[in-house]
Amino acid sequence: MTTSAFDSYRPPDEGGRRRRRPSLRDNVSGAARSMARGSSGWLTGDGGGRREAQAVPDVEFSSYYGRSVVKPMPWKHEIPAYLFIGGVAAGSGLLGTGAAATGLDVLRRRSRLTAMAAVAVSGGLLVSDLGRPERFLNMLRTVKLTSPMSVGTWIFSGYSAFTGVTTAAELARMLPQRSSGPVGTVLRLLDAVETPAGVGQALFAAPLAAYTSVLLSDTATPLWFESRRHLPFVFVGSAALAASGVQMVLSPVAQAGPARRLALLGVASDLVAMHRLESQLEEDGVREPMETGHAGRMLRTAKALIVAGGLGTVLAGRSRAVAVVAGAALATGSALTRFAIVDAGIESAKDPKYTVEPQKARLEQRRAQGTVDDSIVTVR
Amino acid sequence: MSYLQRQLGGRTDPAQDAGWQDAPGRKGFFTDTSICIGCKACEVACKEWNAIPLDGLALSANSYDNTGDLGASTWRHVAFVEQDADRIAAARESGRRLVELGMPGVGAPAQAATQGGAPAGYGVLPAPVEDHGPSLGDMLTETRAFEDRSPEDGASHGTTVDGTPMVGALPEFRWLMASDVCKHCTHAGCLDVCPTGALFRSEHGTVVVQADICNGCGYCVGACPFGVIERRSDASTTVRGDGHVPNIGIAQKCTLCYDRLQHDQTPACAQTCPTTSIRFGDRDDMVEAARARVSQLHEQGFTEARLYGANDDDGVGGTGSVFLLLDEPEVYGLPPDPVCATSRLPEMFRTAGYAGLGMLGAAAVAFLGGRS
Ligand code: SF4
Ligand code: SF4
Repeated sequence: MTTSAFDSYRPPDEGGRRRRRPSLRDNVSGAARSMARGSSGWLTGDGGGRREAQAVPDVEFSSYYGRSVVKPMPWKHEIPAYLFIGGVAAGSGLLGTGAAATGLDVLRRRSRLTAMAAVAVSGGLLVSDLGRPERFLNMLRTVKLTSPMSVGTWIFSGYSAFTGVTTAAELARMLPQRSSGPVGTVLRLLDAVETPAGVGQALFAAPLAAYTSVLLSDTATPLWFESRRHLPFVFVGSAALAASGVQMVLSPVAQAGPARRLALLGVASDLVAMHRLESQLEEDGVREPMETGHAGRMLRTAKALIVAGGLGTVLAGRSRAVAVVAGAALATGSALTRFAIVDAGIESAKDPKYTVEPQKARLEQRRAQGTVDDSIVTVR
Repeated sequence: MSYLQRQLGGRTDPAQDAGWQDAPGRKGFFTDTSICIGCKACEVACKEWNAIPLDGLALSANSYDNTGDLGASTWRHVAFVEQDADRIAAARESGRRLVELGMPGVGAPAQAATQGGAPAGYGVLPAPVEDHGPSLGDMLTETRAFEDRSPEDGASHGTTVDGTPMVGALPEFRWLMASDVCKHCTHAGCLDVCPTGALFRSEHGTVVVQADICNGCGYCVGACPFGVIERRSDASTTVRGDGHVPNIGIAQKCTLCYDRLQHDQTPACAQTCPTTSIRFGDRDDMVEAARARVSQLHEQGFTEARLYGANDDDGVGGTGSVFLLLDEPEVYGLPPDPVCATSRLPEMFRTAGYAGLGMLGAAAVAFLGGRS
């Protein structure tokens, strides 16, 4: 059966040859698909039943051999871990400054030390994730407002500086007695800068907790980009409940009242924002990676922990044991939320359908509304 | 548009926005996939000129494409797509739909009609660009056979956009071949998000990585809406005598042969392309050539032809590398509506600002609420 003018160029029947098929996912390009369907491949020249087998036309969406269109972020577990620990650092700073202002000494001290520890771990995580860790200082050679990572580096640096001062002040207070001489001068200086540093720490805490959402959204990763309207609220809520949870574990019940209230506000913000985020993603057709697989399991566990931790927090004023359990549940819930969102985003980048389908949908929508001049595809 | 707004989205001259004075004019590629023969000479020339290491050797079973995709060690990638008659008809139809949408042209209309225009091989193969391409023998025979037939026979093959009857039926299958490359976006996601300044805008309007500045944070990798840039992995194999693999852990991509441009040379891929499928020049000229070519193809009935990246009002402000495609972009692994995420950055920072204020407010409530 001669089907085109080019058949004459084909080698004679090579019946025995079989093309090795890659493990194709559901979306492959149309021709590859019809090849997979008909056992006698048109490519091998034996003509055969392709036309008859073609019962349904191909779906609207085809991809290039199921390959991803955008590249997944090459980030490992360090980044979600940083999102969590950085959130703890930010929330702890707020708690420390609030406790200083309201005279809750134990809460203040433990929050500030937690903040310092979290900052140190965060810094380590950030450096170790780089492809060339020895060059991490290159980020401090420039300030770049279009780069959330650059902005975040400076926020983090500012926060670290203030945290260093408040931590030093705490450590100084732990010294057995106030000395004189140069050490005394340093201590007096610390006394003087402690309050301004506490204020600075609180003011940098909020952006530190929020910027990480922009860090994720300002990318081509479909799930993160489409999350941009709600992710900041999820992240600040998550940071607040995680840091409060940590202080519910570390600080005595009598002093942890503000931490419990902040935890409840954090839980409310996290749950509401997460719900809105999920509806938005549903609308955009990229919710699936957050519901299925590893990310889906983590997120469901996280929600259960956060709800349970929230309920426990209500009762935690009466018992340290309950406070410890509830606090740990909250912190774990926050960590799982961060890991799930990062994981789901990376999954969404790997499958071309999450890139192509929402983009086609929004293009169609704009065309339906009469906007035809902003497409990357033009015909003349 | 103000200077600041121009930095994030919309039409602009990127070199000027980046602070270059007396920039030599924006350079770009025009990749005409309708005349690509899939020889991969561009891939080889690029690898050779830029001394790019080997990143694996395997058969993919995806037609003749064993390269896979663009990446740290693949700066030109030739895609191969095999299509049957139904897909060809669908592509032709989707192109016709685009025409019917009344999509406006970009800038002044192209003087397409005057170029080329050999009425050869309507239904079967794109006519070659003037003075280039394969022999016309077969196609002219077919054309002559068509002209000898009665008009009723010919009408069954459909018409071109302007109503001329087409010659011959659709082919039973076709191979799409397309050499992909970094788009050198007007608003480049990779460049915008790079926290070290390793990525920069060259005087030619292109986007280039400085390997000695990049600290390998990988942010650019996820920020490119076309999936172009990538961090080089340590699994790469050297191609150099001294066994060294340069720039491991560092983001790498096409530089539009920055080194060659600085000496008024053509990039290696364009220089080597035997069919002139890859053309290089001033971006304005490239866009003009692209529009002329698409009009020519449309006139000949190839309504599946369309341009990719020639519109300065798209989500990335137009691309430096312009393509002529013969099907929907996603068929070639290209995004159908890419957006430079940074164009939404003010909105994102604003939302994050509200969230941050909310957090401060919540903390205030938590501490003051208990005292009253
Ligand atoms: S965003 Fe991607 S396509 Fe655009 S210049 Fe950067 S690497 Fe190239
Ligand atoms: S990997 Fe290198 S080039 Fe890419 S954003 Fe990070 S520092 Fe910039």
